[in-house]
Amino acid sequence: MTAASSTQTEVPLKRRLRRAERTRQLKALALVLPLLVFLLFTFAGPIAGMLWRAIDDREVRQVLPQTIAALADWDGKDLPDEKAYAALASDIQAARTSGTLAIAAKRLNYALNGFRTILTGTSRNLKAMPEAGTAKETLVKINAAWRERSTWTTIKDAGGPVTGFYLLAALDLTRNADSAIVAAPPDQAIYREVFTRTFLISLSVTALCLILGFPVAYLLATLPPARSNLLMIFVLLPFWTSLLVRTCAWIVLLQSKGVVNDSLHWLGIIDEPLRLIYNRFGVCVAMTHVLLPFMILPLYSSMKAISPAYMRAAASLGAPPVTAFLRIYLPQTLPGIGAGSLLVFILALGYYITPALVGGAADQMISYFIALYTTETANWGLASALGAVLLLATILLALVYGKLVQGQQVTGGMKN
Amino acid sequence: MSDNSSLRTPSQRIAWTATIVVSALVFVFLIAPILAIMPLSFSSSAYLTYPLPGLSLRWYDDFITSPRWMNALKNSVIIGVASTALSMVLGTLAALGLAQWKSRLKPLVLAFVLSPVVVPGVITAVGLYFFFAPIGLTGSYLGLILAHTALATPFVVITVGATLQSFDTNLARAAASLGASPIEAFRRVILPLILPGLASGALFAFATSFDEVVIVLFMAGPEQRTLPREMFSGIRENISPTITAAAVILTTISVILLATLEALRRRNERLKAGG
Repeated sequence: MTAASSTQTEVPLKRRLRRAERTRQLKALALVLPLLVFLLFTFAGPIAGMLWRAIDDREVRQVLPQTIAALADWDGKDLPDEKAYAALASDIQAARTSGTLAIAAKRLNYALNGFRTILTGTSRNLKAMPEAGTAKETLVKINAAWRERSTWTTIKDAGGPVTGFYLLAALDLTRNADSAIVAAPPDQAIYREVFTRTFLISLSVTALCLILGFPVAYLLATLPPARSNLLMIFVLLPFWTSLLVRTCAWIVLLQSKGVVNDSLHWLGIIDEPLRLIYNRFGVCVAMTHVLLPFMILPLYSSMKAISPAYMRAAASLGAPPVTAFLRIYLPQTLPGIGAGSLLVFILALGYYITPALVGGAADQMISYFIALYTTETANWGLASALGAVLLLATILLALVYGKLVQGQQVTGGMKN
Repeated sequence: MSDNSSLRTPSQRIAWTATIVVSALVFVFLIAPILAIMPLSFSSSAYLTYPLPGLSLRWYDDFITSPRWMNALKNSVIIGVASTALSMVLGTLAALGLAQWKSRLKPLVLAFVLSPVVVPGVITAVGLYFFFAPIGLTGSYLGLILAHTALATPFVVITVGATLQSFDTNLARAAASLGASPIEAFRRVILPLILPGLASGALFAFATSFDEVVIVLFMAGPEQRTLPREMFSGIRENISPTITAAAVILTTISVILLATLEALRRRNERLKAGG
């Protein structure tokens, strides 16, 4: 059918075809839709909810509504006026009756250490509503902290409904009484170190995987299929073995009375058991073991695609083997190296189980703290903020990975 | 070595030998830990050291008679089978749809569908924990099944999608031209051909759920603890030989899954080569 044709018999056909195609596309979309809806409910929605918690700040506003309202037009330069003190006294009375004061105390304590004591102490000593005009006097008498500007700016900052507090805290930052962004106090500034540690462990594991994985992938890609398929079992079996089994195996091997130490002792190489586990060494070894197949498989498929003719051509043109390898072979494996390294790095960033089981206190990665704040201390805002930072890093790296594998047939990482 | 013929210079031979030696060491590194704990599960002693003082099956007996471990095994199977079934339905439908759908949005939709694989487990777990707790889905089988389905479905979409890519759509057209309804064509022509792909997808899905522990850590109540979850607390507290017995059982299951998958792959390759 020529594009320019406009005879009466062809137009309806064209339209009919287009309509049929549109119906087909709608049907195709309808098949994908159940999964999209399902993932919205079980994956995207929950993660969006977590991200929302990283900025959600309505606890104090719910418990101390009058105070937050009274502080709305306070400029924060001097102490607030009597009205704010009266509102606070009234809020505290109400919160004590409903038993919600602890919620606000917990949130305010994150921002200012000791706030919980101030609030509960005030509540305990505030027997009745102070008489009109004496609220400030009464409260300051109960706790001198109510004479501090920082006490009040803390409440105002926590007034919500949204806050950058947790996200700043995740980056070791905070707002001071003049709401300028400054470095967090040293006892709370631990997360940059944790992020750096997470980054360094992931980087070491990626480097180890590349060093160990490259020769193996090369061997598998070079050997005839019958043999490489057999050797592939050595890569696939650990890949399919449960993470917990492998972690357990490393503990059995590396602990102070473990197989490795016993053998070394029996051989007379060491007298005292070496400390091989519950430290950085153990974490790197176990993580490399778990992630190595994710490096080998994409490397293997990129090497498999390199025609041996290139190397033969280089040799016939007089290139020494090393030159031929460095200038002809290696550049062609770069996409595989990039894909494998990024994949291992992305997966390593989010590691939780392995460091939790074979690492010491100083080897815990960011996921550990996210889990800790979620289940143990229930500081959900901070857990979510740390999660948001980790998620952002993962998404950015995954986008780079997507660009990298686009157009080349590297399916590594998807278990096949 | 079959391809030694191409290695003419001594330096090439040295490089090749070095590759073999290093690879052999890496293979040992990969396999040895898994092999090393197996004999310990047959030890008669409670200490996890070699040489074994004697052989016994007492730790397997321990595993089988322990209500805790047996309950965990049962939970793993229930959650694994249910989430495999659910992810097969959702994943196969989506793969069928994606194979026909032409749109600029397709890469975006595909990235979204596959994202549960890439997002760190803790983030998914925390999100689900916040989201499912208010609606009573934490501490329930249903919650875990839904969560594991979300993690497993990408593997089904990938595996089934790959099978569909090599599927000759003319066969479906031929069925239609011979008068088969779409459903009949799917059941009698498409389904038998993509069945190995579906089976591989199901194995991946089951393995994903069977090995998952982070979400279970966050969401399972004492009633829903799975095998990896029990192993996690076992390793935390004190590694008893019963855990090594559990490890051997889990590894055996992995080997069976892997062998089945490999058989399916071989069969598929034979069919492709034949056709």
